[in-house]
Amino acid sequence: MEFVSPEGLRLDGRRPMEMRQLRAKIGAVDKAHGSAYFEMGNTKVIAAVYGPREVQNRSQQLNDQALVRCEYTMANFSTGDRRRKPKGDRRSTEISLVIRQTMEACIMTHLMPRSQIDIFVQVLQADGGTRSACINAATLALADAGIPMHDLVTSCSAGYLNSTPLLDLNYVEDSAGGPDVTVGILPKSTKVTLLQMDSKLPMDIFENVMQLATEGCKAVANYIREVLLEKTKERQKFHGV
Amino acid sequence: MEQRLASTWRMSVNEKKFIESSLLSDLRADGRRPFDYRRLTIKFGREDGSSEVQLGNTHVMAFVTSQLVQPYRDRPNEGTLSFYTEFSPMADPSFEAGRPGEFAVELGRIIDRGLRESKAVDTESLCVISGKLVWAIRIDVHILDNGGNLVDAANIAALAALSTFRRPECTLGGEDGQELIVHPPEVRDPIPLIIHHLPVAVTFGFIGKESIMVIDPTHLEEAVMGGRMTVTLNTNGDVCAIQKAGGDGILQSVIMQCLRIASVKAGDISSKIKNAVESFNTERALRKIKRHSSSSAVEVSEPAQKGGTELSRTHVGRLNSTPEESGVGQSNGMEVDGKILQQETSRRDSGAQSFIGGPSSW
Repeated sequence: MEFVSPEGLRLDGRRPMEMRQLRAKIGAVDKAHGSAYFEMGNTKVIAAVYGPREVQNRSQQLNDQALVRCEYTMANFSTGDRRRKPKGDRRSTEISLVIRQTMEACIMTHLMPRSQIDIFVQVLQADGGTRSACINAATLALADAGIPMHDLVTSCSAGYLNSTPLLDLNYVEDSAGGPDVTVGILPKSTKVTLLQMDSKLPMDIFENVMQLATEGCKAVANYIREVLLEKTKERQKFHGV
Repeated sequence: MEQRLASTWRMSVNEKKFIESSLLSDLRADGRRPFDYRRLTIKFGREDGSSEVQLGNTHVMAFVTSQLVQPYRDRPNEGTLSFYTEFSPMADPSFEAGRPGEFAVELGRIIDRGLRESKAVDTESLCVISGKLVWAIRIDVHILDNGGNLVDAANIAALAALSTFRRPECTLGGEDGQELIVHPPEVRDPIPLIIHHLPVAVTFGFIGKESIMVIDPTHLEEAVMGGRMTVTLNTNGDVCAIQKAGGDGILQSVIMQCLRIASVKAGDISSKIKNAVESFNTERALRKIKRHSSSSAVEVSEPAQKGGTELSRTHVGRLNSTPEESGVGQSNGMEVDGKILQQETSRRDSGAQSFIGGPSSW
């Protein structure tokens, strides 16, 4: 199948190095301490953060740092076929673990010992790159909840199809069976905290694809900063500062 | 989560400090240098498709089994490959019996991705009747002792078990030609899987504030380290899978350095696996010959020593030229009936000088 036309356009009309449209909204769940809604093209996710609060299960309490928990779920209507997936299948367990460890890398957990932070992410519509979108949403929600962080974490994926590196794969490109590299970075230091790859790719090409995904992450970071700044200004106005 | 806690609890602050500070001068608690792999031993069970891997103190067992099932509807021509892990509670106090924990799931997914997405095992050759019957290959990995770096050990065990696994041959027959006959191993030699390449996982740990890189971390180092990265590579230099699930951030240049180191290590490990598999196959073939020779009329003088392999292979080469034998490979050559054997023996007798010791296994 042809994923890049001779004119250099992809199936959805993007250029190989072009991202899908980003859209973010802070404050999507009323009861949560922090929440956000994030869109990458047709991938739509919602994230809610509760905490820092008292540890629910005392045996899990940590005396030198906060306990971070994360739950990733996909809505039944998020994919093309409306199949009821059992809760806690291997894929979502793994993604929950990945998101938790990625967010832990940026949260200053040592400031909140004996407390717990819960992150819930829900995929409303899946069109490739759900774990990237979830991480971006979780970052926004954590920032909204006012949880101290070293840096934001942003994530983006890239792939390699028709011997072209492609940024931000959608579902059709993702399920083509080609390599899929998901990168999560701490944008201030450009250090890589999350890196996942599937399928087979020679080492030098992998470097290029990873570089491309990192550039994507930086673009996401800029957008997220803008959104946060806007929200802060809005709040300032509201409080009449 | 719970698993991580338990292993941390047992460690005192002093122990952690010791590991971190000794690494600053390129020393590790078990005497290795940062880029040394632990001693790796691969053993096989008597039957096909079972392996036992020991990596330092880590002890892992893998079993491969097969079953005829209906294929998935979207892939009617492909067999399936599934991967299951069993974290025995005796391996580590933090492992609990019952449902697999988060880490068990992650380990399974890393190995599963490395094997399946890179198409290491040819699944199309596992198809028997399109859309109706395919072979389902199941890999069970049991963790017997946790000495750290379970991912690499489990991956090696899985690869070794897959390379020695053989499934029974089956053909269509009967009156209408639609009946499936599964031949028992005594009648027709079981067929090995087609494995295109060996994706070998190599794990790095990042310890301390400076994120010092170590390869193949022990369980003590795992309790200290801030980040982990597993890269799966094959000998062609292709990256088959990478997993770095959060943790300390590292620079891209460090990642590329890891990949280069890992590709060297992956080469070492895969040649080790190949050697182990080869010697298992030789042994297996020799065992088989003994059984056959007792029933056939050939005189057997004494069991073969080393070197018999090479000679027996030359035999296979010759046998293949006879019309009865169409298959290739060592095992097929061994399964000749008495007639060819007799032929072969007489031929051998004529040139007895050149066959010292080796062929006596025939």
